[in-house]
Amino acid sequence: MNAPTKISFSQGINMALDEALAADPNVFLLGEDIADAQGGGVFKATLGLSAKHGTDRVRSTPISEQAIVGAAVGAAITGMRPVAEIMFMNFLTVCMDQLVNHAAKLRFMSGGLTSVPLTIRCGTGAGVGFGGQHSDMLEAWFAHVPGMKVVTASNPADAKGLLLSAIEDDDPTLFIENVAMYAAQGAPPEPGYKVPLGKAAIRRAGGDVTIITYGRPVGEVEAVAETLAAEGISAEVIDLRTIAPFDEAAVLNSVAKTGRAVIVHEAVKAFGVGAEISSRIHEELFGQLKSPVKRVGSKYSPVPFSPPLEQAFLYSRAEIAAAVKATMG
Amino acid sequence: MSKTATAASQNAALLNQFYRDMLLIRRFEERAGQLYGMGLIGGFCHLYIGQEAVVVGMQAATEPGDQVITAYRDHGHMLACGMEPAGVMAELTGRSGGYSKGKGGSMHMFSREKNFYGGHGIVGAQVPLGTGLAFANRYRGNDRVSLTYFGDGAANQGQVYESFNMAAVWKLPVVYVIENNQYAMGTAISRSTSETHLYKRGVSFNIPGEEVDGMDVEAVYAAGRKAVEHCRAGNGPYILEMRTYRYRGHSMSDPAKYRTKEEVQEMREKHDPIEGLRTKILAAGAADEAALKALDKEIKDTVSAAAEFAQMSPEPDPKELWTEIYA
Ligand SMILES: Cc1ncc(C[n+]2csc(CCOP(=O)(O)OP(=O)(O)O)c2C)c(N)n1
Ligand SMILES: [Mg+2]
Repeated sequence: MNAPTKISFSQGINMALDEALAADPNVFLLGEDIADAQGGGVFKATLGLSAKHGTDRVRSTPISEQAIVGAAVGAAITGMRPVAEIMFMNFLTVCMDQLVNHAAKLRFMSGGLTSVPLTIRCGTGAGVGFGGQHSDMLEAWFAHVPGMKVVTASNPADAKGLLLSAIEDDDPTLFIENVAMYAAQGAPPEPGYKVPLGKAAIRRAGGDVTIITYGRPVGEVEAVAETLAAEGISAEVIDLRTIAPFDEAAVLNSVAKTGRAVIVHEAVKAFGVGAEISSRIHEELFGQLKSPVKRVGSKYSPVPFSPPLEQAFLYSRAEIAAAVKATMG
Repeated sequence: MSKTATAASQNAALLNQFYRDMLLIRRFEERAGQLYGMGLIGGFCHLYIGQEAVVVGMQAATEPGDQVITAYRDHGHMLACGMEPAGVMAELTGRSGGYSKGKGGSMHMFSREKNFYGGHGIVGAQVPLGTGLAFANRYRGNDRVSLTYFGDGAANQGQVYESFNMAAVWKLPVVYVIENNQYAMGTAISRSTSETHLYKRGVSFNIPGEEVDGMDVEAVYAAGRKAVEHCRAGNGPYILEMRTYRYRGHSMSDPAKYRTKEEVQEMREKHDPIEGLRTKILAAGAADEAALKALDKEIKDTVSAAAEFAQMSPEPDPKELWTEIYA
């Protein structure tokens, strides 16, 4: 059998789920319409898995997010490894209690007697016209909760490797998928391929400025770095992969070298993950910085429906380039 | 058939009104589907085709000032409330002439003037909001009733039951209209729901419930009047389970592999609410073929004008991103 030369982001997710189901009988999937008879997931990430592993292990649920996540937490504290699909990140708000008050805290509040090896997958992202209640990037909300891990991938192989690690991890992990990337193609990973949680990747080496980002903007930042190189600016691009807890060593080592930093994310800039990273850089490296750290994010507005407004809402390559140039003075 | 429904069926003007209102929704939705296919509408677009009798019958049972709130399959509700087809269509195309100036899209529109309170995309979340509309009515003692619509899938959300209890305890004037079209995206109701007779969902809250043929506009109207009067008289909430059917996919991108073509065909051919009423109108002599043909033309023109407006209305200015976030 010939291995494919490219796979899509959703295929990467599918591979991780398939391997996890095959490897461990404690793994099961639940979510709305995820079994094949209901379409194999709205984004087709679970397509074929119920046929292969059975509907006992790949279960379509009622539209009941509190019960989905609550039941997943309950099963997890007995040692199972549920992977729950919450169709859109905005719907996490419906089951926030189960995540924040239960999943994230049970290990600590039980003095280490319980653990919640739960993975929650959700899609989201602006740029595809899904409007105000289906597009928000809320990673900072969850990163702010001690006990939760937050992960996102910038390419299909990482999606596979990170998701597999998340499922095997003993803590509750939120895995964020950008809906604009499900069809994105990339090199296929080897069977068994895993990406460790908590470790960033250096996507491009450079000496003048460090650009820290994650998820969909990684590709945009790489493209900007390429054009900046032509203008004589050498940017180092860091893909965090795990947003919380983030790889401080990778970030601080790079910024110690370059003396300049820009943080880019799709979430609105105000009160975002970029603010935390910027603060950590200032706290640790203030004396070595050549210019203040800059942040690029989307505008402080609900995500609008109309395409031109939605584009105006989103961060842009021009804004990334301008932020980098501002740090260069 | 109840006495009220019999009386209604004798009323030619009412039958013609039902026919006109349902046909407007049908033609509007067909055109929206076309514009979506042409790439003029993006994102989600959930069509109401097949379910027209529900909103039309219910709206006829209300009085001016009564309120309506629903989920994302909302175009029919807005038209039934008397909102302008052009303003709705222009919101679908994301233009400045749309009801939400292009900021909301298909799922998020409002009209204070017509007492339409949205247009909501989080399944089930409009149910507590609709309960709150009723709370405000009761508090103000203004006699108004809230029609709170939701689907069979939404009936499995916890917040629905918190709302039922509160509405019953406080005797809030809200009619919960469950549009049971038998599917929630790709999930047939029998797969996800232990008690599929949703009108019984109020039993443990002492809320009366009734099952209604939602493909028969007169039956809807009769049940609607009874439920609305119950609420207006201060007797608390009421549940109507409308048995209905959506002909199209969940949204425009749905390949609909979870049901057979024959099932859809059977509903279209044997239970279509518009065809059914048309036959009745002709048989009763409430209108003749020529009159119905003229009406069809008039509605087509209205919908064409709406589609035209939706394409000509300018895109919103990017500055609009910064407006209407705070008061
Ligand atoms: C809280 C929440 N969960 C899931 C969804 C995704 N979703 C949108 S519509 C829908 C099906 C709802 O079915 P139903 O209530 O029967 O209404 P219908 O579409 O049939 O009108 C689902 C699961 C959502 N929008 N909100
Ligand atoms: Mg339904």
